[in-house]
Parts: sequence; structure tokens; C-alpha cells
Amino acid sequence: MSKLFRSVVFGACALGMQCAWADAPTEPVLVGVDKISAGDTAWMLTSTALVLMMSIPGLALFYGGMVRKKNVLATLMQTFAIVCVVTLLWWVVGYSLAFTPGGGFLGGTSRAFFNGMTVIHDPVAQVSVSHLALTIPETVYAMFQMTFAAITPALIAGAFADRMKFSAMLVFMAAWSLLVYAPIAHMVWEPTGWLAKAGVLDYAGGTVVHINAGIAGLASCLVLGKRLGYGREAMAPHNLTLTLIGASLLWVGWFGFNAGSAGAADGRAGMAMLATQMATAAAALAWAFAEWISRGKPSVLGIASGAVAGLVAITPASGFVGPTSAVVIGVVAGVVCFIAATSLKHALGYDDSLDAFGVHCIGGIVGALLTGVFASKEISGADGSVLIQLEGVAVTLVYGFVASFVILKIIDMTLGLRVSEEQEREGLDISLHGESIE
Amino acid sequence: MKLITAIIKPFKLDDVRQAVSEVGVQGITVTEVRGFGRQRGHTEIYRGAEYVVEFVPKTKIEIAVADALVDTVIEAIAKSAQTGKVGDGKIFVFDLAQVVRIRTGERDASAI
Repeated sequence: MSKLFRSVVFGACALGMQCAWADAPTEPVLVGVDKISAGDTAWMLTSTALVLMMSIPGLALFYGGMVRKKNVLATLMQTFAIVCVVTLLWWVVGYSLAFTPGGGFLGGTSRAFFNGMTVIHDPVAQVSVSHLALTIPETVYAMFQMTFAAITPALIAGAFADRMKFSAMLVFMAAWSLLVYAPIAHMVWEPTGWLAKAGVLDYAGGTVVHINAGIAGLASCLVLGKRLGYGREAMAPHNLTLTLIGASLLWVGWFGFNAGSAGAADGRAGMAMLATQMATAAAALAWAFAEWISRGKPSVLGIASGAVAGLVAITPASGFVGPTSAVVIGVVAGVVCFIAATSLKHALGYDDSLDAFGVHCIGGIVGALLTGVFASKEISGADGSVLIQLEGVAVTLVYGFVASFVILKIIDMTLGLRVSEEQEREGLDISLHGESIE
Repeated sequence: MKLITAIIKPFKLDDVRQAVSEVGVQGITVTEVRGFGRQRGHTEIYRGAEYVVEFVPKTKIEIAVADALVDTVIEAIAKSAQTGKVGDGKIFVFDLAQVVRIRTGERDASAI
């Protein structure tokens, strides 16, 4: 959520309500329970559940259906395990590093182990709130953000599907969550963050989640190398029914992702939901038609991928644009990501198995830049600038790629990243987990 | 005794089963197989990656018959399985050395 506290105060004052704080808080604070909005809290609780559903089972099934049958369980396991690991790391220090004030790069450790995040009954009923969401309990805000922190590393797994060791993956995701996700989330969303101060607009995580995960995906597939037999052997999706179910869960869950980033049950959330729906439908059809025209048949994988591309691209823009801009963003994302995931990938030859880079990074960049173009001052109070957006994109790309690359190399030299040839041939389900669906 | 094996188009299974029942066959085994003769496969495309699938799904049926019935059964299968288009399939006839009915222990002619 960006500029949330500013827009909450702006909104409150615009309604003629007496502003409770002469200076808005710059860190989590304890407030009387009368400051908590039941409507906002109810919506944010719901949004949190929706975003968690995006990971499990949404993303899990989306990816699971796309891999070969011998790797489906391992693919599902990756998403599931990542959610568990990130949950715990978020509690330990992730939340604190991302969402407490500190330097321009990283926050502080004041909320490590959620220390200070509390509900008090006596003598006065109080609850702590984040300075970024003053009308909901901090527990809800921390949970909501946790679901974002969880899905982001899970997205990266799409790039290295079918060939990464489970142990190495867990270590990589843990390190990445603290060393890459937390800093970028802090820089873009926490007011002391460098990119937030520069004015980068990212409503729900186009940069923090999608460009970030996508570029880490590119780093992963470059370090791990191509799958055995890539380009020669058949690696068709084994069950697109699962993929479509996953894409549908992602679509529905994304309302929590984007509309939930309003942090409130209000008009901004409604507009974000509307913009999200428009962009997604437009992008799905754009990809489908692009495929129909260039390859002769519109595919289920294509329309599902197009929908996801639209969802990714509208993510940074959702709180800043109206429905017409959303449709344009969707069409552009659908076509550009179609080209990135098909022609570009095959031309450049990297094996980004499930198009983490092609859809999430490229889609995120499209969305971030178009946010600069279409951001409406009327809807959001914010001015968009393509140049400032470019700054956010560039920093994320460079830092994300380099940091991910270094972490991967270190793990490769110590633990080893890739499974052995026999394990890859036999399939990860049997080799890594001792299970099979056949 | 002979074992008649036929590879047919899957959607023809019901027609064939009915036709061989009408000429006196009482038992049949069915397997799903893949293969090709002169029939071409198809191409699948996933996000721009093309996969040529050469093998076409077919159904294999196996029927054990007494020598006297062989020609009748072959004709029944051929007529009911035919569409006139490439990929109709083939019929193979193998010599059958022994047959045993497991439930009763009956052998050869009384086991078919």
C-alpha cells in the first residue's frame, strides 16, 4: 500500500472530521479502539484470506498444471512450503524490516517477533495500528502484508520448475525474503523508503512483487540452466484443467490483492476492484486474440496467461486509474506479455519454465510505466511520472537481479542448487518427496 | 484356436463389440494403446512451444476363437470398424497354444 496514511488523513480531513493527529504517526502506535473502523477491518481480514488463497491453492495449481506429471507434487509443495517459511520469517523480522521506519533501504527491528503489536483491555481498550493503516489493527495489516511477502517468492518458482533441489529452494527463499523482498517493500511502501520518498507509485505491488519476483526468476533460470532435453523433448503441461482453476483462483483472490491495498472499505477499493476486472478481461482476450491471429487457435493456456498478465500489469495502477485506462493497460499487457513469453523467450533461449520473467517481470514493468502515464490525480490525489516510475523499475531490476544472482551462486557453491540428472529424469515427485500421482 | 488382435479407432469399439457378439463371440479384452501406421499425428502449441505428437490413440481388442469361427469374426470386425478413412486399423491373427478357464479348470475348446 502506498501513500495510504497520507490518503487516510486526507480523506478524513476532507470529510470534515477532526483530524485526531496533528502530525500523522510515522511508526506503529497504540490507539484507542474507537479509532478502529469495523468496516475497514472486516474488509482487510477478508482481503488477507483472499490473497492467501492466491498462493494456496491458486498459484500452486496454476503452476502445478503446467509442469509434467512427474513433477506436479513437487511444484505444489514449493508454493505450500514457501508460504509456511515466509510466514515464520515475517514474524521473526521480515515485517519489521519492511514496515517500520529506518533508513532509505531497510526498516528497523522494533517489530521483530511482532514485539509491541498488541491488544490491550485494561485500563483503557487499545490496539496497535500501523502508521500505514490507521483504521485497522496492526495485526491485520501485518497479516495482509505477510500474504504478499509469501506469494512473491512463490512466483519465482515458476522460473526454475522441474530442476531445483527442495533444500536449496528453502534456503534461497528464506534468504531472498529477508534480503530482497523486505528491502524493496520498504523502499517502495514505507514512507522513509528511498523510492517512496522519490514518489514512485505502486498501489499493490507491481514493482515490489511482480518485477521483483520476475527478475529473480530470470536470475534463477540463468544460474540453474535449462532443463534436460529442453527444446528437444516434449514438456507439455500435463493438466491445464488445474492451471485454469489456479488462474481463476488468482483472479478472484486478486481483488484482495488490489482492492485490499486500499486498506479500507471505501470508494478507492471499489475503483481498484473495477480497474482490476477491466484490465484482466481485456488482457485475457488480447493474449487470446494475439494467439488466434498468429498461431491459428486461441488456447486455454493462452487466455489464462493473458488474464494473469493483466492482473500483474494493473497491480501497480489499480488505485490510481479508472476503468478506461485499465482496459488500455490490460490490452497492452496481454499483447506484450504474449510476445515476451513466446517469441522473446525462444529467441533468447533461456528456460524460464513457467514464464515468471515473461509474465511477471515484463507485465510488472508495463504496469509500472503505464501507471506513470495514466495515474489520475482526481482518483488518487497523486501525480504520475513515467520517469519516476522508471527509477523504481530500474532500482528493482538491478538490485533484484544482482542480489538474487549472488544468493543463488552462494547456495550453489555450498549446498548445490540443481538436482542430479537421474533425479530430473525420474521426476522430482519421486526423487525429492517419495510420492507420485501415477 | 486363434487369438485375434485388432487395432481399431476408439469410437468404433461399441460397433465392433456388437458385431462380434452377433456372430457368437462371448469374451473380449480391451486395451487403450497409441500408435501410427499411415495416419499422421497432430501438433500442440503451448505458449509458442510446438510439440508434434506422432502417436494417435487407438483401441486394441483381443478375442480368443475356435478355428472355425476365425473368418466370420475377422469379417465382423473389419466391417464394423471400417470408416474408409486413413487410420482404420489392422487385424492380426496369432496361433493360440492353450486356453484355461480359471474358475473351472476347463481347457481349450470348452474354455473359449
